[in-house]
Amino acid sequence: MRLTGRALKCIRGGREIFSDLNFEAAGGEAVAVIGPNGAGKTSLLRLIAGLLTTAGGSITLNGGNDDLTVAEQAHYLGHRDALKPALSVAENLAFWRDFLGGETTDAKTALAAVGLDHIAQLPAAYLSAGQRRRLSIARLLVVRRPLWLLDEPTSALDASGQAMVATLMRDHLAGGGLIVAATHTPLGIAARELRIGVMA
Amino acid sequence: MTALAALIRRDIQVALRVGGGALIGVLFFLIVVVLMPFAVGPDLALLKKLGPAILWLGALLASLLTLDRLFTADHDDGSLDLIVMGRSSLELACLAKAVAHWLVSGLPLVIATPVLGMLLNLDGDATAAVALTLLAGTPALTFTGMIGAALAVTLHRGGLLLAVLVLPLSIPVLIFGVAASNAAVIEPGGFGAPFSILCALSLAGLVIGPLAAAASLRHGLD
Repeated sequence: MRLTGRALKCIRGGREIFSDLNFEAAGGEAVAVIGPNGAGKTSLLRLIAGLLTTAGGSITLNGGNDDLTVAEQAHYLGHRDALKPALSVAENLAFWRDFLGGETTDAKTALAAVGLDHIAQLPAAYLSAGQRRRLSIARLLVVRRPLWLLDEPTSALDASGQAMVATLMRDHLAGGGLIVAATHTPLGIAARELRIGVMA
Repeated sequence: MTALAALIRRDIQVALRVGGGALIGVLFFLIVVVLMPFAVGPDLALLKKLGPAILWLGALLASLLTLDRLFTADHDDGSLDLIVMGRSSLELACLAKAVAHWLVSGLPLVIATPVLGMLLNLDGDATAAVALTLLAGTPALTFTGMIGAALAVTLHRGGLLLAVLVLPLSIPVLIFGVAASNAAVIEPGGFGAPFSILCALSLAGLVIGPLAAAASLRHGLD
């Protein structure tokens, strides 16, 4: 499996964010997108996720399921946690498992992996920022997608949470998955660096 | 199918829980209709004549009240991104959201109508006829409103824009809804034609609403 971006160009609000951006990642590889604020890290992830339209260039995922788009084979972990405060931790996760579909695993195991199994019945409204982050990370585990698009995956997480994310990412890569992560802090895993927004 | 059923179930659960606002629409409907006799005065014949129009206006405004959160809530918490990325088509996801919205905010209006009919001096048959027209017509309000809700999703203060966008589109529904109800209350026999058109408006909305809403959501993503 191979994710390729060729000559990507992104324009937002009439301003060119980046142009002629190339990157490549094979199965089992991670790409760390690095750059200053406003360089277009989130925009790049949203381009790959199909949530923004490219102004030029192409993104392809070879060796995956050809019937599905790149977005349909990807998990997107954005700044916003996509949780409903009125629903419990378990209900939030169960909804995304049922809605996203495809190959799913047991919700209990996923909650245990992110350390939230003891508060599965608590409404998400009462979670801390770090716990909310852990719950959205559980979504990556409960439904299998080969490509993970992570935007600041360790934000709001404590030291053990950051170590947990590193372990989960290593496991994902070991299973042949791909990761594209925008980050300011070291990911804790071996990754290719993609620097954007700075003149080399 | 599981994906859409899950979406409907979640939207209903969220609406029924604390702060979900499922009851807001029906309470607003209740208050509008209860206030009318006080404004019009104790003229029973006039109330009976105005009854269907009052019920329909109340239902229209009540359904508008809850529509603005249809997509903005999902947009604000990031769920909309994941729904767009999902493997079920966005059109069907929009349809599922509309169905869930109608079940928690349109259907209660229909159920509340018999109680409110009494306040407007409508007899049993007339109330049943108005409830029937609301049952046939409120889906059209939800579907046209959904288009406005999708257009307003990326705008701040979208709720105000929604009212301006959606109310003109609701005029046909209002005309035929009130016409069918009046036919049942005042001059029996003329019920069929406007009622059929009302059903047709709902069916047309069923087709156009999800397509238009999905197109506007895709276009408006940022």
